Amino acid sequence: MTYVNDRFYEELVASFSDWQRPELEVADVATRDECRRLLEREARLLDEGRYEDWLALYADECVVWVPAAERPGDPRREVSVFFDDRQRLEDRIFRLRTGKAWSQVPPSRTVRMVSNVEVFRAAEKLMVRSNLLLAELRAGETRQLAAWCAHRLAHGKIEAKQINLLERDQSLRNPSVLL
Amino acid sequence: MSTSIFFEHLVQEDRVHRSIYTDPLIFELEMTHIFGGVWCYLAHESQLPRPDDYLTGKLGLRPIIVVRDSSGKLRALFNRCTHRGARVCRETRGSARTFQCPYHGWTYFNTGKLRGVPWPEGYACDFAEGKYNLAQVPRVESYRGFIFGTLNADAPPLGDYLGAAKRPIDEWLDRNPGSRVVVAEANRLKFKGNWKLAYDNAADGYHVVFSHRSLLETENRHAADPTKGMSFYMGKPDEAPMYVQYFGRGHHFKDKRPNVERRPGALWEIEGAQPGMAAYEKLIRERLGARALRALDLAASEPVNINIFPNLSILGNHIQVFQPLAVDETESVWYATAIVDEANELEGMADAVNAIRMRTQESFPNFGEVDDAANFEEIQKGLAACEDEWVYMHRGLGIPGRVQRLADGTLKAPATDEVFMREHMKEWQRLMTTRPNIQLSR
Repeated sequence: MTYVNDRFYEELVASFSDWQRPELEVADVATRDECRRLLEREARLLDEGRYEDWLALYADECVVWVPAAERPGDPRREVSVFFDDRQRLEDRIFRLRTGKAWSQVPPSRTVRMVSNVEVFRAAEKLMVRSNLLLAELRAGETRQLAAWCAHRLAHGKIEAKQINLLERDQSLRNPSVLL
Repeated sequence: MSTSIFFEHLVQEDRVHRSIYTDPLIFELEMTHIFGGVWCYLAHESQLPRPDDYLTGKLGLRPIIVVRDSSGKLRALFNRCTHRGARVCRETRGSARTFQCPYHGWTYFNTGKLRGVPWPEGYACDFAEGKYNLAQVPRVESYRGFIFGTLNADAPPLGDYLGAAKRPIDEWLDRNPGSRVVVAEANRLKFKGNWKLAYDNAADGYHVVFSHRSLLETENRHAADPTKGMSFYMGKPDEAPMYVQYFGRGHHFKDKRPNVERRPGALWEIEGAQPGMAAYEKLIRERLGARALRALDLAASEPVNINIFPNLSILGNHIQVFQPLAVDETESVWYATAIVDEANELEGMADAVNAIRMRTQESFPNFGEVDDAANFEEIQKGLAACEDEWVYMHRGLGIPGRVQRLADGTLKAPATDEVFMREHMKEWQRLMTTRPNIQLSR
């Protein structure tokens, strides 16, 4: 898998900068509804632990990027909470399926709420902004994680997702559920 | 019962009492006797490159500002207004010549000296007297970029405190271009458990194939023979060439380098699959030819754990810091490091190395540490069984020839041995029964 290279990083950083501009907003109801349905389907598949079905929503050359910095920079120069290409997403699923990933034994129960969906069109791609509130029950305690997300879509698939956790530069307790 | 008899009872040859992990009063004493008594790691110099740069943190539970003052001197100021006690600085990091308390406006230079207070004519005192300056840690020193501080006037010089641990720290730095690294963001984690659970784990070679089973299986899922990552723990890890060494003063070292062949590229070969690895490896090999292997090894995880009591672990390419938050809550911050190549030793390939190195460093906090932290939380829960009083750390104890005392006085044993835990617990016990000579300067 060779698609994560300088060009990939440069395009990624560029496409997640300065895209929420009013003139780029998509007003078309059908497109917005399609995006919202995709996000809701994604949330449901993750809540149900259907990880292979979830990954099928992603393009072959994809990334899930969770920055760690208060103001995210170039991921080649700083670590992220995680930066997963397709192989690492597959690894993440494989790890959870071993039954020996103790941070997820027994698995957390989750409920994801997705709201405030706004759709933009930039450089021929759909860019979707949404808010995520994830409630997680683990070992008898319920916790929540909040984030705003940016999905970059092309041909009906998710090419890149950036998750901007409210607590991205704070210490996270057991951040092991799939995001 | 005198305190020394009390602590003698809690730390025994083969076991420690559960209360050292659970008792809030012991935790409170630790904040003075351990975190006030020895050199604690505060920050890395690359986080404060210019005069007036600062970051906020904690020394034990004391809020501090680690600052390079306007003249360039490193200081650790108490982040606590002399007037009424509010934290004067509420940012995580930044650059400032002065700090003004947002409550009543008392203002301090970044040396800690009081600059002024609003309407001083309402006071009869002389503010030029040092007593109103910010309190600060009297001894702040740096060893090759690692900044430490101690409140204890009787603590040995920092170099003596680090002792034999300086050698692996030097080796860890000297493998990099220009013999240095810079901090490049962090993976920040916390768990509901006592800070010592993380320190006990820091050189533990016994837990790896169990606690990290899912990581080992994941890294090797495409391989016929498991060789990736920490696979050298499989089979008979007691007999593997890696070892654990106890340096004294609570510091220890798990050296896994002997498991890896001593030739350029050997480390790179066992690195797990990371995003961007293939493309950047190709780029580096095309540019550097036979010299590519040294560069690629710098993108792989260095197989050492160098643990400096009580709050620092230099492992892989990380600078890991343990921060107690409460008797049953600890933060474990994995500062990533990047290489800097001012002399261009890598012929323009440092950026490509870092592009891989950032991804290799995200791997363990995501796929390894979370499972350890889950186990630490489960220990803390298990220890609620108050009648079952003891925690055992006697692996290797009493087996003739298992632990060797080397000529320099350090101890060496198989990497799966718990001798390092027993030894740091003895040091912990010694410190808990010794009153540190705590001094503040202003």
